[in-house]
Amino acid sequence: MTGAGYRFTVLQRSLHWLMAVCILAMLFIGVGMNSTVMPKYVPLLATHKTLGAVILILVLIRLGVRLRYGVPPLPADLPELMKLAAHLSHYALYLLMIALPLLGLTMLWTGAYPIVLYGDIRLPPLLPQSDAMHTLLWNAHFYLAFALFAVILLHVAAALFHALVRRDGVFESMAPMPSHNASTRIRATPAE
Amino acid sequence: MPEPSPSLSRPPIGSLVIIALVVAVGASAFAYTAGWLSPTRLTPNKIVDSLTPPGGPSLGHRRNHAKGICFTGVFESNGNGAELSSAHVFTHGEYPALGRFNLATADANAPDSTVRVRGLGLQLSTPDGEVWRSAMIDPPVFPVSTPQGFYELQLAARSQDPDAMKAFVARHPEFAPFAEWAKTAPWTASYAEEPYNSLNSFIFVNGSGAEHAVRWSLMPQAQIVPVTKEDLAKLGPDYLSQEIAKRVAKAPQRWTMVVTVADPGDPTADPTKAWPPGRRAVEVGTLVVQRIEGERDGPCREINFDPTILPKGVYVSDDPFPAARSAAYAVSYDLRTSELKYYPYHFETAGGGEQ
Repeated sequence: MTGAGYRFTVLQRSLHWLMAVCILAMLFIGVGMNSTVMPKYVPLLATHKTLGAVILILVLIRLGVRLRYGVPPLPADLPELMKLAAHLSHYALYLLMIALPLLGLTMLWTGAYPIVLYGDIRLPPLLPQSDAMHTLLWNAHFYLAFALFAVILLHVAAALFHALVRRDGVFESMAPMPSHNASTRIRATPAE
Repeated sequence: MPEPSPSLSRPPIGSLVIIALVVAVGASAFAYTAGWLSPTRLTPNKIVDSLTPPGGPSLGHRRNHAKGICFTGVFESNGNGAELSSAHVFTHGEYPALGRFNLATADANAPDSTVRVRGLGLQLSTPDGEVWRSAMIDPPVFPVSTPQGFYELQLAARSQDPDAMKAFVARHPEFAPFAEWAKTAPWTASYAEEPYNSLNSFIFVNGSGAEHAVRWSLMPQAQIVPVTKEDLAKLGPDYLSQEIAKRVAKAPQRWTMVVTVADPGDPTADPTKAWPPGRRAVEVGTLVVQRIEGERDGPCREINFDPTILPKGVYVSDDPFPAARSAAYAVSYDLRTSELKYYPYHFETAGGGEQ
């Protein structure tokens, strides 16, 4: 059996693409605001914190949805090594999507920073200030953000490899729009 | 039925090129945003690096305003600020204050009389969970009008080239009012006798949504006794921290907080430009400093007095400095928290505040 024709649910695909936009925005805001002296730093930092909270909530919902609905199987003829890479990279993506917002949050708490999100939402401080913890969390947040971007690049390359080279339906299983073939199938259905 | 994968039915070179291009464009956009392709971009790290004294940074300390001493006390709000800002801190009442008297130097061991500019970091907290942080200094104007200018000033001040400052002053005529103050203003022998000014402009928004551009100052209630720089030097390298500890132990020290409201058209984006005299000034309350503690074990060491940490009702204006300061202060904070093991050593050699 191959994965062609099996797609993620609409909810899963929506979450995937919504989070893709959020996470890319997050990573670019993160490296941009910290490398450029500009007045936009203030609103960008507020956006970064707010988006971080949104991503954390979305990834937890997504994990729940994944446990409930499962995932389409990988094509049977996919080489074992690529299957392993697919599994490991998805573990890495989920781990980083959950870890980075938590690291950002705890990094701010241990730095004695008040956390104010859009809509004047204030998160109470749940950890005391600590130089050692702040440094540890800051470094983890910093370096793992680059790791996440690297895994995302790998993820994009792999998705395009499935779409353009293997053409095995894996890309279509998460594509936002049904592929040409799939849409033909869907259009054909009511006529039968 | 699923079709078998038609993989490799045609040469995939074109597809592989597309994949490589997508990855390369993504990586390049990221690298550009991170500044890796723009070596001339002014970064918060560059600003912090530019402050490094010749002997290297004071490890474990703030990268600027490195020498200081903690205080705690209260802010007595008289309620007059409420017409300008809806921040809870302006409703009549008493709110906890925490802060730090400091010298504008990157050297935590600098003798007091070698540092012209003095500062006060302040944190006011209100029961609604809002926090207001501010870092003020005693000159009436800032030396430069842009963060880029500040960076160039640091480079010139630390340059080996004897003409560097002359060239800087020629390129930055806005430096003149600050230079005049530095040359002519009297020194004092106490943190308690200094005014502390926000210099940066902020926006106050009141309960009905009306916006006002403002600057604020803490005006000392202590009597100001001018001294010469030479007299201050004779009092010892750490006199200011010793003096403020003794003075506050005898009696709380007070500053009146004055909010100055801009007229339309006043320069809000340039802290080298004082607003014309006669602007509306509202006394909003009194800062009462009740207790002095050495920095090492005091409550101010762990605080980054980031001037963009503002309560609801106070916002940044078009002044470019608060954002630049926030970014640079964060770098300084991240550096010094990673250097904790160096901190007590430097504190002891600095002589501390309570000897």
